[in-house]
Amino acid sequence: MTAPIQPESSRDATSDVTAWFSTRIGGVLVPLAATVLAFLIGGLVVLITGHNPVTAYRAIFEGTGLNWFFPWVGGESREAAANDLQQTLILMTPLVLTGIAVAFAFRCGLFNIGGQGQYWVGFIAALYVGTHLDGFSRPVHLLVAILASIVAGSIWGGIAGILKATVGAHEVITTIMLNWIAIFGGMYLFEIGGPLQGPQPSIPRSAEIPDSVELWPIWGSLPSLHAGIFIALFALVVYYVLLNRTTLGYEVRAVGFNPEAARYGGISVAKNYFLALAISGAFAGLAGSVDVLGFKFAVSTGDFATNFIPFTGIAVALLGRNKPVGILFAALLFAALEVGTSTRQLDPEVFEPALAVDLATMIQALVIFFVGADLLILYLWRARRFVGLGRRVQPEPRP
Amino acid sequence: MPDTPLLELRGITKRFPGVLANDHVDLELVKGEVHALLGENGAGKSTLMNILYGLYHPDEGEIRLNGKPVRIGSPRDAIDLGIGMVHQHFMLIPVMTVAENIVLAVEPTSGPFLDLHAAEKRVQELSTQFGLAVRPDARVASISVGMQQRAEILKALYRGAEILILDEPTAVLTPQEAKELFAIIRSLQAEGKSIIFITHKLNEVLDIADRITVLRQGKQVDTVPREGATPEGLARLMVGRDVVLRVEKPEAQPGDVLLDVDNLEVRDERDLEAVRGVSFDVKAGEIVGIAGVDGNGQTELIDALTGLRRPSGGRISVGGKDVTTAGARESLDLGVGHIPEDRQVRGLVLDFTLAENLALHDFRKKPDSRWGCLFPKRIVQRAVRLLKEFDVRGGGPQTRAASLSGGNQQKVVVAREVSRDPRVLIAAQPTRGLDVGAIEFVHRRLVTERDEGRAILLVSFELEEILSLSDRILVLYEGRIVGEYPPGVSEEELGIAMTGGRRQAA
Repeated sequence: MTAPIQPESSRDATSDVTAWFSTRIGGVLVPLAATVLAFLIGGLVVLITGHNPVTAYRAIFEGTGLNWFFPWVGGESREAAANDLQQTLILMTPLVLTGIAVAFAFRCGLFNIGGQGQYWVGFIAALYVGTHLDGFSRPVHLLVAILASIVAGSIWGGIAGILKATVGAHEVITTIMLNWIAIFGGMYLFEIGGPLQGPQPSIPRSAEIPDSVELWPIWGSLPSLHAGIFIALFALVVYYVLLNRTTLGYEVRAVGFNPEAARYGGISVAKNYFLALAISGAFAGLAGSVDVLGFKFAVSTGDFATNFIPFTGIAVALLGRNKPVGILFAALLFAALEVGTSTRQLDPEVFEPALAVDLATMIQALVIFFVGADLLILYLWRARRFVGLGRRVQPEPRP
Repeated sequence: MPDTPLLELRGITKRFPGVLANDHVDLELVKGEVHALLGENGAGKSTLMNILYGLYHPDEGEIRLNGKPVRIGSPRDAIDLGIGMVHQHFMLIPVMTVAENIVLAVEPTSGPFLDLHAAEKRVQELSTQFGLAVRPDARVASISVGMQQRAEILKALYRGAEILILDEPTAVLTPQEAKELFAIIRSLQAEGKSIIFITHKLNEVLDIADRITVLRQGKQVDTVPREGATPEGLARLMVGRDVVLRVEKPEAQPGDVLLDVDNLEVRDERDLEAVRGVSFDVKAGEIVGIAGVDGNGQTELIDALTGLRRPSGGRISVGGKDVTTAGARESLDLGVGHIPEDRQVRGLVLDFTLAENLALHDFRKKPDSRWGCLFPKRIVQRAVRLLKEFDVRGGGPQTRAASLSGGNQQKVVVAREVSRDPRVLIAAQPTRGLDVGAIEFVHRRLVTERDEGRAILLVSFELEEILSLSDRILVLYEGRIVGEYPPGVSEEELGIAMTGGRRQAA
C-alpha cells in the first residue's frame, strides 16, 4: 500500500508489549492469587474452629517436608523433613502424569474425566506384566511393564475418543462410564477367587510384583522415593514438545481453539479427538504403572474405590493452566497438601488430623473455585488501581 | 440551527495503555438531527460513544447536555439523562420475549408481581408509534437479527431515550433490513429524537446523516454537513489520503478453464437441496462474481468447491482434475485457495499467533515441518515476510490473531491464501466489515492475483463489490444460476434477477 501512516506502527508496538505483559502476568497471577485466597479462607475456617491458623499452617507445612529446602533446618528435624519430602514427591509423581493427561485433552477442547479408569487399566497392565511375565532383565521388564500401561491407558482413553469421533458421544459421559468399568473390572480380577487374585486365598489382593520390576529407589526408605519421578519430569518435556513442536500438537491445539477453522485448514477434527483422548489416556495409564512399580507393588480390591489421584489431576491441570511448569508446581502443591495434613504427619496437639484432612479438601476445592473464577481475580487486580481514586473498573479497551 | 445544541462533547480525551483512543474530540448534536460518526476501524468512534454512554470515563474534557455540564459515571446515568445506546452486539437474552427483554431491570409491577401485560402494552404502543413492527410476545431467539435490533431500539426508547446511539447498526443487517432501519431512523427523527450513527460505510452516511463528524486515529478531523459531501471527500478525510473507490483494472485476459463446475448439487445441514444443478466455469485470469441474496446456496456452493462439504451430485474439476469428492486437505493441495466468509469463525484460529495462522494450510509440509516435527523458526520467518508484504499492522508473528483489527485479520487470511500460489481462489465476502482502506487493499490484491493468471471466484452480497471487480457476473437464486451478465450490467437489472424476477438459462 502507498503512504503508510507512520504513528501507527510505534503506537502498536507499545500496546503489543503491554498486551504481552498483561497476559504473562495474568497467567501466573491468577493461579497464584487463587492459591493465596484459598489458603486465606482456609485459615479463616481454622480460626473459627478455635485454632491458630498460623501454627496450623506451620505444622502442615512442616509435615510436607518442604522445609527440607531451608538450609538452616538441621539434625533430626532435617531427617524428618527428608522423610516427609519423599512422601510428597512420591505423591507428586502420579499427579504430574494425571495432570498432563487432563491438560492434553483440554488443549484439544475435551474434558477427560476418565483419568481414574485410565489410571487403573495402566496400573493393572503393569501389575500383570510385573507378576506374570518373567525372564527379562530389570530394565527390559520395567520397560515392558511401562509400555503395557501406556498401551492400556491409551486404549481406555481411545475408546472414548472413537465414540466421540464417530457418533459424537460426549467424552464426559463415556469416560465416566469407562471409569466404572475399569473399577469394577479391577475388583473382579483381584477379589477372592478372581482370576488374578494373589497367593493368599483369604485376602482379595493381587500378588506383589517381584523386585526385578520395581522402579529403582533413589532416596529414603519409608517408602523410598523412586525413579518414577524422572518419568514424570520427562513426561512434562514430552508433553511440551508434543504440543508445541509437532504437527500433531499443532492440529490438537487448532482443533481445541477452533474446530471449524481447523476443518477449513484441512485438519480432521474427528481424528484429533480420537488421538487426543488416546494420548491423554496414555499419560494417565503411565501414572498407574509408576505407582504400582514404584511404591504400591500390589493392589487390594478396596483400593479401587478410594483412589483420588486421577481426579486431583483435573485440579492440577486447572491450576497449572495446562502449562508444563504450572502442572509441576500444582502437582507439588496438591501432593504437599495431602501429605502435610495426613494423620501420620500432623501433631494432634496442634491441629486435629481429622480436621486437617477436611481442610486439605476444602483448600483444594477453593483453589479450583478461584481458578475457575479467574475473571473475579483479574477484576480485583484491576480494581486495586481504582480503589483509591473512587473510580469504576474499566473493561479491557479494544481500540 | 438552534443556539444551544442538545448535546456537546468538548475536548474529550481518552488514553488506554499505549494508545490515545480519543484526542480532544469535539462533537455537538442538535435536537432532531441524525449525526454520523465516521471513521475507520480503530479511529476511536466506539470509544467516544462508550464515554458518552458512561462505560468509559474520559481523562479530559466535558459533556454538556442542554448547555449544562453533566457527569456520566455509568450507563445508568446515561439512561437517566435520556441517552440510549444500541450496541453492535446485541445485549438481549435469547430465551426471553421481546417485551421481557425490554422491561428488564425496569419491570412494571402490580404489587410484588411483574405486570407483563402492562409491559407488552407499552412496548406495543412504542412499536406502533415509531413504525417498528415488533411483536412484544415473540421470543428473541426466534426472530431475525433485524428484529432483534429493533427490540434493542425499543429498549432504549422504553427507557426514555431522547438521544439514541447506534453503533454500526447495519453491519449485521441484510441490505433490505438496512433500508427498513433507515426508514425507522427517519421516523424517530420525525418524532424529535436525535441520533448518533456510528459507521464506516460512506454510502450510508450520505443516505441518512444530516451532519457528519469524521474521526481519524482518535482525532476529530472535521464536521461537515451532508450537502456538498462526496464519497471521495469523506474517504480522504477518513484515511488521510486519496482513496480509489472504483477499482481500476485492465481488461481481463482469460486463459484456460481452471475451475469447471458441472450440474453441481449440494445439500445443506437439514438435508435440503441448497444448490440445485449449477454449472459454470472460471478461466485463468478472470474474476467471476456470484451475486445473490444471502441464503440462496452460496455457503453450500463454496463449501462444496473447497471440499468442506460433499456434493450430492454433479462434478467439480480443478485444472482438469476431478475433485468432486476431494476433502478439504486434497482440495488445498490441488491449488484451491479459499478466503472464507467469516474470518473469525473459519479463517483464523483467533488464539493462535499470526505465524501459526499463516501456517494453517502448510504446517504439514516442508519447510514448516518434517517427519511430524514443526520448525517454528521457519514458520516465523515466513510470517515476518508475509506480514511485511501484506502490510499487516498491529502485531508481529507472535501476536495473537484475536488482538488484530478486522482489516488486519483479513489481510492475514488473504496473505495466507494468496501466498500458497493457488490456481483457483475462492473469495467469499472478502471485504465484509472492513473499512475503506482495507477494502481498497483487498480489491487491488484480487485484481493483481487475477492478472497473475489465477481463476478467481468472488461470492459477495455487496452488489457494488460484484460490479466493480467481476469480469463476468452470475446470479444465484434459490440454488440455481438464473443469469449471466457482463460487468456493465445495471444494479437494477441484477437486483431483479437476484430476487427471482427473471429467469434466464445460464
